[in-house]
Amino acid sequence: MVDYPVLSVLIFFPLAAALVLMVLPLPELTIRRYTLLAGFVECLLALPLIRDFKLGDAGFQFIEKAVWVPQWDLAYSLAVDGISLLMVILSVALLPLCVLCSWTYVGKRLKEFHICLLLMTTACVGVFSAMDLVLFYIFWEAMLIPMYLLIAVWGGPERRYASIKFFLYTLAGSTLLLAAIVGLFHQGGTFSIPALMQMDFPMGFQTWVFLFMALAFAIKVPMFPFHTWLPAAHVQAPSAGSVLLASVLLKMGTYGFLRFCLPMCPDASMYFAPMMIALSLASIIYGGLVALGQTDIKKLIAYSSVAHMGFVTLGIFIFNPRGAEGAVMVMLNHGIVTGALFMMIGAIYERSHSRELGDHLGMGKYLPAYMGLFGLFAVSSFGFPGLNSFVGEALVLIGAFQAKTSIGLLAIPGAMLAAAYMLRLGLKMAWGRPSSPKDKGWHDLNAREWAYLMPLAILVVYIGLAPGLVMKVISPSTGKMIDDFHSRTAHVADAPEQTVPTVLASTALPGAGQ
Amino acid sequence: MNFDIMLLLPELSLFVLAAALFTVSVTSPGDGAARRAYWLPWASLAVLAVCLGSLNARGVMFHGTYIVDGLSQIFKAAIAAGFLITSLFTPNARGVDDDKRADYLMFLAFSAWGLMLLSSAAELMTLYVAMEISSYSLYAVIPLRAQNKNAAEAGVKYIMFGAMATAVALFGYSYILAGQGTGFVSELAGMDWSFAGNPAAAIGLILFLCGVLFKLALFPFHFWAPDVYQGTGNETAAFAATLPKLGAAAVLVRLAALLAPNLEITFLLALFAAASMTLGNLAALAQKDLKRMLGYSGIAHSGYLVIGLAAGTAEGLGAMSFYAIVYLLMNMACFWVVCHLRCDGKNPVYDDLNGLSKNAPGLALVLAVSAFALVGLPPTAGFMGKLFLLTSAWNHGYAWLVIVAVINTALAIFYYLSLFRHAYTAETGGAVNLRDRNWMGTVAGTVMAAAILVLGALPGGLYRLALEAGTTLLP
Repeated sequence: MVDYPVLSVLIFFPLAAALVLMVLPLPELTIRRYTLLAGFVECLLALPLIRDFKLGDAGFQFIEKAVWVPQWDLAYSLAVDGISLLMVILSVALLPLCVLCSWTYVGKRLKEFHICLLLMTTACVGVFSAMDLVLFYIFWEAMLIPMYLLIAVWGGPERRYASIKFFLYTLAGSTLLLAAIVGLFHQGGTFSIPALMQMDFPMGFQTWVFLFMALAFAIKVPMFPFHTWLPAAHVQAPSAGSVLLASVLLKMGTYGFLRFCLPMCPDASMYFAPMMIALSLASIIYGGLVALGQTDIKKLIAYSSVAHMGFVTLGIFIFNPRGAEGAVMVMLNHGIVTGALFMMIGAIYERSHSRELGDHLGMGKYLPAYMGLFGLFAVSSFGFPGLNSFVGEALVLIGAFQAKTSIGLLAIPGAMLAAAYMLRLGLKMAWGRPSSPKDKGWHDLNAREWAYLMPLAILVVYIGLAPGLVMKVISPSTGKMIDDFHSRTAHVADAPEQTVPTVLASTALPGAGQ
Repeated sequence: MNFDIMLLLPELSLFVLAAALFTVSVTSPGDGAARRAYWLPWASLAVLAVCLGSLNARGVMFHGTYIVDGLSQIFKAAIAAGFLITSLFTPNARGVDDDKRADYLMFLAFSAWGLMLLSSAAELMTLYVAMEISSYSLYAVIPLRAQNKNAAEAGVKYIMFGAMATAVALFGYSYILAGQGTGFVSELAGMDWSFAGNPAAAIGLILFLCGVLFKLALFPFHFWAPDVYQGTGNETAAFAATLPKLGAAAVLVRLAALLAPNLEITFLLALFAAASMTLGNLAALAQKDLKRMLGYSGIAHSGYLVIGLAAGTAEGLGAMSFYAIVYLLMNMACFWVVCHLRCDGKNPVYDDLNGLSKNAPGLALVLAVSAFALVGLPPTAGFMGKLFLLTSAWNHGYAWLVIVAVINTALAIFYYLSLFRHAYTAETGGAVNLRDRNWMGTVAGTVMAAAILVLGALPGGLYRLALEAGTTLLP
């Protein structure tokens, strides 16, 4: 296999494919086949990432760098580490799955739809691999327009409201991120992310940079008081849009916390950690409680996302290795499981044209394969041992108990709520009494649906039973990040009034597979 | 050197073009075909070529009142490009009577010519005269909209405001002359402009700047812009909204040597900038008429431009020049689409955009690119321009201005998004009666959109030119 700049190719191949699609007048079926092919090619192009990634190396890999605007020291610089590698792979792998799950779901303006999907892939890979703040910001914002279109053109009846809300919320948050980037450039003298991660800034500066960044990321995650755009967007978006939103976009927020807030503003992160932990716990419990009361299946999953992302932010802001590993694990697993659940809801919506729980009772009898897979993903979603979500949530909970018992105790009800709402959903869908027998005519999963669900189902079981490989990718990078974090906040820890979690001793990190 | 005809080639070529239009207007009364001046785009293209060819010309003429330097040459090229784009859609301008068409084009050419002189003027009186040349032509053009009383109203408003602003500027000039004893920018640059040191001169400079700020439509001289754009013909508005701003930006960059960041005047300008963008964006939110909305958006963008001035560094001036040129591109592109929306020449509203992406995907794409560039979303040149402006202004005590500017992006997004939303997601729109399009217009639109994207991805080249221009003024 020839060597090529993997990350650049992964970013620009979908862009080129989108441009070709834009100019070629193709018939509908060919558009779908073409994009599917582009998706598979993109996945093949990503193979060197898996082949050449050096396990155990905590630093950045696959580094690419080129001068971009010399007057401002802007560089076109890309790299991945253990934190971002899995997100890049997830973004790439979702492209063909999204094309497949929209095969019959999306019927109008096909060309634009598939262009949007391709552009989304470009932007997502770019966000997770950019090593220059301005480049990061460009990809971060570039993803808004295709996502807006996905919701606004192919969405449900209230798509106008949902899409504008999504756009305004996200953009309003990220404008202050731009101010923070400009500030960091002046304080640090560079836009380079790895360089800025090593710098110590004064506390006052850190404070407001943290707040500006945290607002942007908290809206994206979304954390509790900023979450209201999410259910609206999820419910209205077409299933491919929901999948991208849940699996990749939300992760950008938590990735931002991990990549920017903790390394660049360690003191401020420490200072604001109680607030962030409180908001995370609020997200976990509030998201769970609201999910419990939903009758709209898609809304239920959307609120469960709020709760799951609460686990991620909790894992990040308890500042210990287990928590950080768990956070990245939950990011990955939530992407797999929730993406799969949204695909399944899209599949059943095509049959019933409804998202109401009441219209989908007792499907276990008629659609055994569908319910079987749905059950697998639902059970995994609430963290059933042996399936993938359990690994991440367990690590976060271990980290939380290590940090402070009360935090762990407060997070436990969230995990229990997850079981409650997911079991209720699964129970009714599988064994509820149908109000009318109309759904007997629905056919069970067809080959195409099997094709896009099976990879995710295999991952659910594989990561659940053998998380070692994934842990080997994640833990060196998160461990290094947490080590750096503590070495740079040590002077804060010495201050008597601060009650820092007693994790400094556990910095000698045993990676799970080592 | 006092006079060198080679240095004046851009001005001369545009002057010849204007004179040719004048000849057409005098010699062929009533002849519709000739008066449409179909040769105009080619001639404007030649002017642009001449401007680009003399991009590296440098020199001082007329006893130091007229400077040909990096700044003036970039702006002359930009003005020529703007005039070329205008010439591509004004010959068929709706609402201009056929027998007035040649005169209309002639006035536009003279206005652009005045702006070219303005970008080279290095003495306050020269500057004033150049400003008047460009303004007087526009005074005549604004009311030229057949059977429309609003155009007359717009014309009166423009003249009244303009005359008052220039009178104030002249008054300020007298104070500057009294306070500092000279009108040459190069000599004025080294002098004391603080209020404590030389109050008469400081007040004089503020008053003189009023004339420039009127052209730029910066708060508090912004009232005319939405009314004039709304009242005048669509094509005229496209011209009046973009080119004079370039001229004003060139003047402000030229005068930047007088405006150190710690001066009261600079602080005042920064306040005006902050007020301008906030007010412009808030008012634009409530508009239904597209041209009126673009008028308010223009007020907001004047505010962004002045950020570069507040920085008081060569980077800031470079960023300001860069943004001015990018603004020309994105605003022209936006107006280009707006002008095509109504074949009856009436003012377009948001609903006219419905279904545009189906009826005219090319127009819709240009609109999308220019709207997102105006917001400052990557990967467009609008983002890069804004990034340069914000970065340059940061560490000179104007961090608050940067924060106001980024918050304004969030305010602005809604109405630009509305443009995009109506064009791409509204489905109720029937077949839109689009104005006739010729291939040259299509090429122009495509080139503008492509330029916005290319400058967004690779801003280095143009910024280097702009930075050189800034460095010669503020080393």
